[in-house]
Amino acid sequence: MSQTSTFQIRTEEAPRLPAPVATSGFIGWARQNLFSSAGNTILTILGLLLAFFIFEPLIKFALIDAVWTGENRDACLAAEGSGQSVGACWAFVKAYFPQFIYGRYPAAEIYRVNIVYAMFAALLIPMAIPSVPFKKLNAILLLVVFPIISYYLLTGLVIGDAVILPIVETPYWGGLLVTLVIAVTGITASLPLGILFALGRRSHMPIVKLVSVIFIEFWRGVPLITVLFMSSVMLPLFLPDGVTFDKLLRVLIGVALFSAAYMAEVVRGGLQAIPKGQYEGAMALGLRFWPMMGLIILPQALKLVIPGIVNTFIGLFKDTTLVMIVGMFDLLGQINTSTTDPNWASPTTGVTGYLFAAMVFFCFCFGMSRYSIFIEKKLHTGHKR
Amino acid sequence: MSKNILPLALGAAMGIVASAAAAQAGTLDDVKAKGFIQCGVSQGLPGFSNPDAQGNWTGLDVDLCRAVSAAVFGTPDNVKYSPLSAKERFTALQSGEIDILSRNTTWTLSRDTSLGLNFAGVNYYDGQGFMVRKDLGVASALELSGASVCTQTGTTTELNIADYFRSNNMPYEVVAFEKLEEVVKAYDAGRCDVFSNDASGLYATRLTLTNPGDHIVLPEIISKEPLGPVVRHGDDQWFDVVKWTHNAMLNAEELGVTSANVEEMKSSDNPEVKRLLGVEGAFGEMLGLPNDWVVAIVKNVGNYGESFDRNVGPNTPLAISRGLNALWKDGGIQYAAPIR
Repeated sequence: MSQTSTFQIRTEEAPRLPAPVATSGFIGWARQNLFSSAGNTILTILGLLLAFFIFEPLIKFALIDAVWTGENRDACLAAEGSGQSVGACWAFVKAYFPQFIYGRYPAAEIYRVNIVYAMFAALLIPMAIPSVPFKKLNAILLLVVFPIISYYLLTGLVIGDAVILPIVETPYWGGLLVTLVIAVTGITASLPLGILFALGRRSHMPIVKLVSVIFIEFWRGVPLITVLFMSSVMLPLFLPDGVTFDKLLRVLIGVALFSAAYMAEVVRGGLQAIPKGQYEGAMALGLRFWPMMGLIILPQALKLVIPGIVNTFIGLFKDTTLVMIVGMFDLLGQINTSTTDPNWASPTTGVTGYLFAAMVFFCFCFGMSRYSIFIEKKLHTGHKR
Repeated sequence: MSKNILPLALGAAMGIVASAAAAQAGTLDDVKAKGFIQCGVSQGLPGFSNPDAQGNWTGLDVDLCRAVSAAVFGTPDNVKYSPLSAKERFTALQSGEIDILSRNTTWTLSRDTSLGLNFAGVNYYDGQGFMVRKDLGVASALELSGASVCTQTGTTTELNIADYFRSNNMPYEVVAFEKLEEVVKAYDAGRCDVFSNDASGLYATRLTLTNPGDHIVLPEIISKEPLGPVVRHGDDQWFDVVKWTHNAMLNAEELGVTSANVEEMKSSDNPEVKRLLGVEGAFGEMLGLPNDWVVAIVKNVGNYGESFDRNVGPNTPLAISRGLNALWKDGGIQYAAPIR
């Protein structure tokens, strides 16, 4: 009986199928997200074109055509009549860099500013990283010891006739130094003040409540620019002749009170979101007002309003540029003044200066914003969706 | 008990007022006592008061403060600068925060009287001028008939142009913008033929144009903007010191006394030079200053011409010609009363 084969042996290779459409890797991602339909494809192309038209000139100006070295304005000028365009004049930023960072702080004393910057970084960074121990000690150092030391470092120290650190008056301060002094003072003063006024506004004691409401509504009702102007133009007229007090101090007080009012309202929003049961529970445990606030209410309320608080901080940081109108040179003011220097004035000097200012401000504000998101995620307990 | 607090506080406040007023008796004595001059300057006007890359203040207005310092202390460096915005400058002077305001401030009647100020002379005669492209082939503002003019909206600049063109029966077209930067940009891009502003500002603007060499400033000045140092009203001694410091710088230029030759000039036979340099007479003492006050000024700061050339003159990037600010004998109107 002949045996019929019930199985086959394939003697030739099977036809190759086309590879499946990629769903992973860049191409797969692009196909799914950017080119999934005709409409999406058109939008993607339009978006890419738009990005190209924005970033191509910016990169050309800031990097490719830029002038990196030079001694004066001649370096940043196109050859006469060549019709050539010259990009950013970074040589100017380089020449003025110390002034942008320290203002007109005397060169021999700049090390003092550096110490303050270094101390600030050395105390703030461990404070900001949750896993680093000794938080209490760190907080005391940062909030109590650091301001005192840096006050004497920056302004100088004279005991009797002995000059330990030569006095450097505030008109010599400028640039990033002034920006940071105002922003950091404003930020650290406004949070505790704001919490106090927020609690005051919700208090049942009529006078405390009235004072808080008047304070908050007054400072919120007045533009910051008016506050600065009043402090620098009107206040000296009310003071007796010859009695003046430091302009920077006036600005600091103005900025701190102003941002405290905003902070109070942000914190009040958080307090309102805490259910009554939390208060009643705390009172049932026998806690008095401050332990109740400190242990139960505020930790929850502040956690809720972190975005609002950081929003106020960022707003305050950017508002420091307003001190320019009262004749103080913050970072932007210092850049503004420098661009008029006849040794450097050129068609691109001003733009380059502003580009530099934008980069510095962006770094600080973006940093604050990212850190707040990090903290939010870390504290995100109990009401996850 | 609480009744007594208010009068007490008032009394204490009055005490502060009284002591402060006593300290304010004479600015010259105050300045000598504290050891420096507080000088109000601009927040950066090239050539007049501007911090350089090293952070030192330079400029024509700054030199005046340095000259007063040299006259009072013998060294030009006892000056502290307060950069002031246009709005706060007068308050700063009135409230005693500064001793001199040397901040390109125009001398007008209302400022001199109702603001309680005294203008101690004119260290720069400014005025509104015109800048045009060289290839327009215009040599005088009177040839600008039919031109388009770039200006800022709502400023006196705009009104002055209207007056000038109308009184000369010339048609013109205004291209106005809100901000100065926009005006400059429009002019640089060729959207108008003429750019108009204060002459000192025109020269500074020219530096920021794409090809500064292609533009010229026309000789016509169509408004009066005498800029000078300002002091508080009612302190005549200090007023005299500032006024005569400026006069001394002008007289020094007129008599050929420069920072290089001031020592030799002391032995000059010219009686005017002798009086100027304190070899004869006691003119410094009359002002309450050392007798060699002019020597100190000229040696450290230079005469008016030297200061002008160093800060704004033809060899600086600003390249402003002397024009009205030349000495009276050279065709300008800078004229100083004699020291006699």
